Amino acid sequence: MHEMSLAEGIRQIIDTQAAAHGFARVTTLRLEIGRFAGVEKPALEFALDVVLRGSSAEGAGVEMIDLPGRALCYDCGEVVEIADRLDPCPLCGSGKIMPQGGDEMRIKDMEVI
Amino acid sequence: MCTVCGCSSGPKIDGQTHAHSHAHTHEHSHGDLTHAHPHAHNHSHDHDHTHGDHDHAHSHGSDHDHDHHHYGQGAAGVSVPGLSQARLIQIETDILSKNNAYAASNRRVLAALDAFAVNLVSSPGSGKTTLLCRTIEALGDQPLAVIEGDQQTSNDADRIRATGARAVQVNTGKGCHLDGHMVGHAMDDLRLAPQSLLFIENVGNLVCPAAFDLGEDAKVAILSVTEGEDKPLKYPDMFTAAKLAILNKIDLAPHCDADLDAYEANLKRINPNITVLRVSARTGEGMGAWLDWLRAGLASKARP
Repeated sequence: MHEMSLAEGIRQIIDTQAAAHGFARVTTLRLEIGRFAGVEKPALEFALDVVLRGSSAEGAGVEMIDLPGRALCYDCGEVVEIADRLDPCPLCGSGKIMPQGGDEMRIKDMEVI
Repeated sequence: MCTVCGCSSGPKIDGQTHAHSHAHTHEHSHGDLTHAHPHAHNHSHDHDHTHGDHDHAHSHGSDHDHDHHHYGQGAAGVSVPGLSQARLIQIETDILSKNNAYAASNRRVLAALDAFAVNLVSSPGSGKTTLLCRTIEALGDQPLAVIEGDQQTSNDADRIRATGARAVQVNTGKGCHLDGHMVGHAMDDLRLAPQSLLFIENVGNLVCPAAFDLGEDAKVAILSVTEGEDKPLKYPDMFTAAKLAILNKIDLAPHCDADLDAYEANLKRINPNITVLRVSARTGEGMGAWLDWLRAGLASKARP
């Protein structure tokens, strides 16, 4: 969707952290991206490559950790893992499920020197 | 959070003056963005170029310790062989945390005024502005205000002002959605009266606005009957995020073989909690239920 804006948000967080922790360089950046976050990972990688230029994280390795999609099934009452928003409940087959997680977009941690 | 996605021009509020207000969005992001964008646009050569340089610098500078170069674009020449100063900083910060902070601040302002805000989201052309004009006319003396988001022009705010309502136009430039910061400034301009309804008409886009909290009480997705019964399945994020869906232009349903029950079933499949109202802003059919929903929302914000 708006991977360029997300990359901007990431850069702002890194800049703030650099000021707070006084590091020179970010060598690895680890992101957690939920399955339903709507983030196109190659597009985000491209945007980061552009946006991080000139920052302390220019050239940093970027690792993206996938977080699963979870949903509450309204028929069997269980919280289940689903791969796609349109999937039925894997336990009872019901189509009445409400996503409850998987929209995360977080910076988990970073390695710095 | 600057919301520009692939552009260099920033948001404008009513075509001007708000340059200053964006001095801070821009102090971090815009300065960078204007730089970033030429790159993004010319990426076919620009990008390839730097990439070539990058790979070079990289293999010269850090051939020896390769432990974190997963994507072939690792930290070029930054590590000093034999001297390991690397440390790990735990962050666990939401990438949209800055936007969420603006949204929370907007929400506090609305709560203090007992005001009820809806974020109207849809594809372009679903009839949001017409629905809003009819709604404003029907609400009579109810205090209300409108924030209009579009990439360009003040046409929509002009249409709203023609009804006598207060409206502020936010032009996002090439940005694909409104964000909490833009809405906060627009709210400052509007100086909402207590117990107001605030209508925020987002940029016509069923993808990006889903992720950006503006501080609203509810997202209302508008879907017109000419768009296809499977649209909720094609753009599930937005319909999952919405509390209410308005199936608009139902007067056209017989002319385009639209199956209203199928629309509703697909909406409920994506979001079992969603309320669906069938409306024609043009004929007025179903408008009563929509007005009742708004009044109930407003009443829910009133403090004892």
